[in-house]
Amino acid sequence: MTPPTICVMQPASPATKIMLIRLLTSALLAGAVAGLIAALLQLYFVQPVLLHAELYEGGELVHFGSASTVSAIQDLGGIDLVRDGLSVVFTMLVYTAYAMILLALMSQAETRGAAITARSGLIWGVAGFVVVHLAPGFSLAPEVPGVAAADVGLRQIWWFATVGLAGVALWLIAFAKNWLGWGAAVVLLLAPHVYGAPEPDVFTGPVPTEIGALFAARAFGVGLAVWVILGGFAGYFWTRLAEDDATTQTA
Amino acid sequence: MTTQAQTTSSAGSRLGAAVLVAAIGLTLMIVTGHVQAATLHDAAHDMRHATGFPCH
Repeated sequence: MTPPTICVMQPASPATKIMLIRLLTSALLAGAVAGLIAALLQLYFVQPVLLHAELYEGGELVHFGSASTVSAIQDLGGIDLVRDGLSVVFTMLVYTAYAMILLALMSQAETRGAAITARSGLIWGVAGFVVVHLAPGFSLAPEVPGVAAADVGLRQIWWFATVGLAGVALWLIAFAKNWLGWGAAVVLLLAPHVYGAPEPDVFTGPVPTEIGALFAARAFGVGLAVWVILGGFAGYFWTRLAEDDATTQTA
Repeated sequence: MTTQAQTTSSAGSRLGAAVLVAAIGLTLMIVTGHVQAATLHDAAHDMRHATGFPCH
């Protein structure tokens, strides 16, 4: 008779636990700080443009085809505590998610000899912006509510594929040591845009182009600013927590 | 334990922790930014537009 097989999960080693705590703590701190700044910048610079567009999306204002001209100055209401509060919470969550992925990659780069500091974190932040914001936005521009767009599922598939390829491409640009790697990076960056993003069959968007353009510009601008802040804080907390660990161990 | 073994174990524990944290981050990003369930979509709507996610 064979003894019953017992599956036991191998407990995490102390080194893994320390690394996990360091990664999670620095990601939570950097994500919360950057997310809060992102939320405030978005509420001040992006939200008014979005609310303005919604007046056209809902049909309260009509621009195209109307005989009369429409004032570009509209009463957009003030702060909506529930709506804007939810935006703050979700912005902090999404930047915390970004911080976790960013720090996981930074820790792996450090294992391979890259220096991770608050200063080098700024460059990681720019790279993060390029990967998750600029690369997909180059063909799927940040959408204001009310624009015509292809099926959301198709756009999400394209979005994830583009972000994944851009992530690999920027890693290659940073860490490849020969032209084969750098050449592959260029191909990966170009491929999704040459293939093409899902486009709508017809244009039905009622929002004036001025609002759409301002929205995309503001979304990109806030995105770049916040990603640089996120990268800097990620590097800062990462090194700071290492110093704390070292102090605790020697004490 | 030799120095070589220590280095390997340290890199291994770093990789394990990094994969786990990246997976948590990816899941959180998908739930907050991309899941189309009505309640989540409505609550995260403005952030999804401002962050450049495909929204609706």
